[in-house]
Amino acid sequence: MMSELPAEFIVKIDYDRCRRCKRCVMNCSFGCMQFKDRVVPEHKNCVACHRCATFCPESAITITRNELAYKENANWMPEIRKNILKQAQTGGILLTGMGNPRPYQILWDHMLIDACQVTNPSIDPLREPMELRTFLGRKPDRLEFAHNKDGEIDLVTELQPQVKLDVPVLFGAMSYGAISLNAHRALAMAANRSGTLMNTGEGGLHKDLYPYAGNIIVQVASGRFGVHSEYLNTSAMVEIKIGQGAKPGIGGHLPGEKVGEEISKTRMIPVGTDAISPAPHHDIYSIEDLSQLIFAIKEAVDYTKPVSVKISAVHNVAAIASGIVRAGADVVTIDGFKGGTGASPMVIRDNVGIPIELALAAVDQRLRDEGIRNNASIICAGGIRSSGDVAKAIALGADATVIGTAALVAMGCRICQKCYTGNCAWGIATQKPELTRRLDPEVGAQRLSNLLTAWSLELKEILGSLGVNSIESLRGSRERLRGIDLDEQTLKLLGIKPAGIGQ
Amino acid sequence: MRCNCYIPSGCSISGMMSESGKRMDGNAIIRSIALMHDRGNGLGGGFAAYGIYPRHADQFAFHMMFDTKQAKKQCEEYLKDTFDIVLDEEIPTRPGGVFEEETSGKDAEYGARPITDPPILWRYFLDVPEEKTTFVTEDEYVVKKVMEINSKFDSAFVASSGKNMGAFKGVGYPEDIGMFYKLDEYKAYIWTAHSRFPTNTPGWWGGAHPFCLLDWSIVHNGEISSYGINKRYLETFGYKLELRTDTEVIAYLFDLLVRRHNLSVEIAAKALASPFWKDIDRMPDREQKIASAIRQVYGGALLNGPFSVILGHSRGMVGFNDRIKLRPMTCGRADDMLYMSSEESGIREIEPDLDEVWSPKAGTVVIGELHEEV
Repeated sequence: MMSELPAEFIVKIDYDRCRRCKRCVMNCSFGCMQFKDRVVPEHKNCVACHRCATFCPESAITITRNELAYKENANWMPEIRKNILKQAQTGGILLTGMGNPRPYQILWDHMLIDACQVTNPSIDPLREPMELRTFLGRKPDRLEFAHNKDGEIDLVTELQPQVKLDVPVLFGAMSYGAISLNAHRALAMAANRSGTLMNTGEGGLHKDLYPYAGNIIVQVASGRFGVHSEYLNTSAMVEIKIGQGAKPGIGGHLPGEKVGEEISKTRMIPVGTDAISPAPHHDIYSIEDLSQLIFAIKEAVDYTKPVSVKISAVHNVAAIASGIVRAGADVVTIDGFKGGTGASPMVIRDNVGIPIELALAAVDQRLRDEGIRNNASIICAGGIRSSGDVAKAIALGADATVIGTAALVAMGCRICQKCYTGNCAWGIATQKPELTRRLDPEVGAQRLSNLLTAWSLELKEILGSLGVNSIESLRGSRERLRGIDLDEQTLKLLGIKPAGIGQ
Repeated sequence: MRCNCYIPSGCSISGMMSESGKRMDGNAIIRSIALMHDRGNGLGGGFAAYGIYPRHADQFAFHMMFDTKQAKKQCEEYLKDTFDIVLDEEIPTRPGGVFEEETSGKDAEYGARPITDPPILWRYFLDVPEEKTTFVTEDEYVVKKVMEINSKFDSAFVASSGKNMGAFKGVGYPEDIGMFYKLDEYKAYIWTAHSRFPTNTPGWWGGAHPFCLLDWSIVHNGEISSYGINKRYLETFGYKLELRTDTEVIAYLFDLLVRRHNLSVEIAAKALASPFWKDIDRMPDREQKIASAIRQVYGGALLNGPFSVILGHSRGMVGFNDRIKLRPMTCGRADDMLYMSSEESGIREIEPDLDEVWSPKAGTVVIGELHEEV
């Protein structure tokens, strides 16, 4: 059947400037740029990844929207009609990549942070210590001390394993398979340099990254790819993935063509076979089953590492999180509906789940109401875009935050949403050797750790302006947030007052 | 030159204690806080005194404030149901009384502002009925009832609830509050005092310092910038914070850490004003382990923002500052006496002949304790 889809983008070449160096042709991985005596774009193939425009030495390429590809209509927007045309043609589920692009309200942008004036002085982070150090893991409610025989005080309470972070921002779970080994390397190196953690996602851990064990969260997902005893122990923390914000209740599928030699070894599956993660874990059909897996993992790592459970933000997230903490998890990771993905059915990504801001507020409050907030750390993921978002998430109650998309953007991603095609022109979400080599892990790591350094500095400025010198004085301190343009119910759910109200 | 003596910063605190348990009248503490007149604005002053009710030392002394007779009646019904009232009486006052003494402060204008519009001030000496303590301790029971009164009754307020101690506070300059409450006629081995320059909460009688719970009393100069999380942290342990001010969190945190979690006052102070990680990283192993564990477990109790605090309890007095000393505090010793004050002048005014005087470093604790035999 012939495609009736109009081109989404128009690629304009300024032939006066073009020197026919063909760099754009070599760089385009979507078959848009062709050379027929001169560069001729096949508009329909353009995904607006901007690889060609970025690398054109003459700045001769401009990419614009195909304005009237669809006649204007306020109900039948281009996106809707495009999807109908596609499905009429194929009869299939629409796949997509990255996070939810729909214009849902971004609650982070409706919260404002406090600052000190006169009565409590702000603190200058350039002159005074400003502490971001954070520990993830289960904490007891109280400590016990005793005098030893020399009359000194000793700590009697044995603390459960804790993971130290120098900055409360982790890299999100992205599997080797969904992204390239070079991207994995860059994340691991950056996590190591910045004192934080990267997350293997559900695709196992390549042997080359074993030296970074102290900065790695190893994930155990429903497909159990690459999970073995050594894997579990080559980590700072183990995470059981129940759900993902971009596709709550949905499994995953890595097509066989991406499963080459290295991925095959890492995932422990034959070369060329599809790697299918079922929607549920088939050994977890209830909270008590989850508890068994948590403790099976704890046994496997000899109780030396915290175990996290990651869930998507769904309607009943607070009660679910409470159950998870009571089931023995040391960390709960909540992934909001704006979280990213390598591949997800579009209908799920765009319509399922709830905003992370509301989920986080509900979970933190619920754990406090039940007196078990100290028993687990809360990690907030899905839609964190800036250090401002991080500060607001921490003030709502998160111990740490996660960046996935922001990390990819730092490495070059242009959010073209074609991760699932395997053609990533930036060498990130692809396994094709000619593309993956475009990402230099050293450069990627440098850019990632630059981003975290910049955010750390900004977080310290925020703390200083709040007149506090330690992140724990911001954590859960909703009194320092005010809502703007929010209705009463939303304010109540977030646990914050509207702007204009004092203490 | 004289005009430069003014220090226009908010609040002053002062405390004095006889470690041998010698009881002193309230004149000295009033003079000390009167000297620092300019640090307050007349919207709140108060005192805590320990050892004032030797004849009722075994009963919980509730100092109550009522806005109306109706409120008093309702609250009394409640007290009758929950406690055995051994004695109740009006707290003696000297209406119109003002501080008229000379101090070495040159520019202060004393004595022109008699206390007006006091609420009904009443004190109750209470026993906890035995049958009420089957499942909880006496202290636990009293805390719960104090929280209930302060949250349930709009017009009733428990100013203090400890044994053999009491809080005397209100709206006005502290020296006048002191004369109003006739503190010159009480004898105590610990006195603390506060003069208020309220900025974040309105001046009302219940909102003056000290804040008390059981025998804890807090006077505080500063603002707790971490109030939001300290409040939510305490709420997870069942505390109700109703007083519209940040100071009460300090009293409740000490109650939680020392009474309920059984930590020493030193360790509790380490949780409230923790050492920096850069210093913890350089500590010897044993201390490092302790300090890190405190920060990891008691992060919600960390007090941030500028403060100097004097904590009183029946066995002693504790002074400490925020982690970077954003508010002043000076300490002094003479014989068995320990003094703490926002300014050295507040100590010199009542004890010119000090054995020792020092300004404690940021985040360090100064502890005064009754001798063991007392």
